[in-house]
Amino acid sequence: MRKIIVFITVMTIFGAQSCLAIESLAPEKDFKAFRGFFIKRFPKVPLDDFVNGPYSMNQDMRKQWIEKEELPPYDFSVDRGKELFSAQFKNGKTFADCFPNKGVGIRQNYPFFDEKKNEVVTLELAINRCLEANGEKPYSYLNDDMAAVTAYMAFTSRGKPFDIKVPNNPRALEAYESGKQYFYQRRGQLNFSCASCHVQNPGERIRGEMLAPALGILNAMPIYRSEWGGMGTISRRFTSCNSQVRATPLEPQDSSYRNLEYYLSYMSNGLPISGPGARP
Amino acid sequence: MPSTIRVRAIAGTETTEVQVLIQHPMDSGFVKDAQGNLIPAHHIETVQFEAGGKTVFTALWGPAVSKDPFVKFSFKGAKKGDDLKITWVDNMGATDTTTAKIQ
Repeated sequence: MRKIIVFITVMTIFGAQSCLAIESLAPEKDFKAFRGFFIKRFPKVPLDDFVNGPYSMNQDMRKQWIEKEELPPYDFSVDRGKELFSAQFKNGKTFADCFPNKGVGIRQNYPFFDEKKNEVVTLELAINRCLEANGEKPYSYLNDDMAAVTAYMAFTSRGKPFDIKVPNNPRALEAYESGKQYFYQRRGQLNFSCASCHVQNPGERIRGEMLAPALGILNAMPIYRSEWGGMGTISRRFTSCNSQVRATPLEPQDSSYRNLEYYLSYMSNGLPISGPGARP
Repeated sequence: MPSTIRVRAIAGTETTEVQVLIQHPMDSGFVKDAQGNLIPAHHIETVQFEAGGKTVFTALWGPAVSKDPFVKFSFKGAKKGDDLKITWVDNMGATDTTTAKIQ
């Protein structure tokens, strides 16, 4: 008995120390483990193909998708996004004035950690803050105009690898950890976590649908979902995922969702932006 | 306002393959909105395809066709560079038309 207690004490001290030492390295370590898991689980799927979600898992669906991409259903939304993006606000400014590189080809850098405000800033949040700063009405986070503008911004960034940075700043690490926790936390009446579907069961069917792998899942956003009969943003995906496991969704762009997006995007670092996407 | 019609028409050895995507709500008239009010029927009734002054295909659509409908068909008798004219008319009298070059 005494031996065990000594052992546990030693373990605790050791555990605590090593934890402090590697805290700043944790995201990098997670990243390797996360990516390694998917590579090992799906050895036949080329790494860059994970961004195509269910189509990387199933040949039949892939065939249909390739045909669909000839006249993709998100086309109208990209056009609408381009129109909104270049339209002038009442004060004469445009979205280009709010973003680096005039907003073109920058999707891969979002979300980022704002070290001044100590919070995660997603593309959707940045778009609405831009509208508000210029005296315009913010968009709904879930669909329509928000989806159109993000679709256009993703479209101009296609092929660019996700480049999410977690600065060595305790607040940033905290946001990252909170996002990671949200991802693995079970919730809702069905007691599912995000990982239950998108880590444990990608490529498996959940009723008529094929689950997408968590690796690269945000690269294709926003998406035209046939089930929705329209476009949806990352906010829409998160809130509807929560409803589907019968949990009460948070408000779109709640800090928990932004942290989750931060964690998930970091996990997909290096994989190309493929949005806007089309999903069944 | 950008066109509501997207076309891809490709001439093959014998036939020309046409793919068209149309942006339209295609409300069936049987669905209610969040407040419980019936959304009135609003759907395309005819789509017409003309090549070389002749109608090559007419589609008669009703409430059962999905939102943003897609149609694909092929026909004989056209060649690369010909014009393909597409026109739709809905039950509220709205219409749109576009002309595409066969590739």
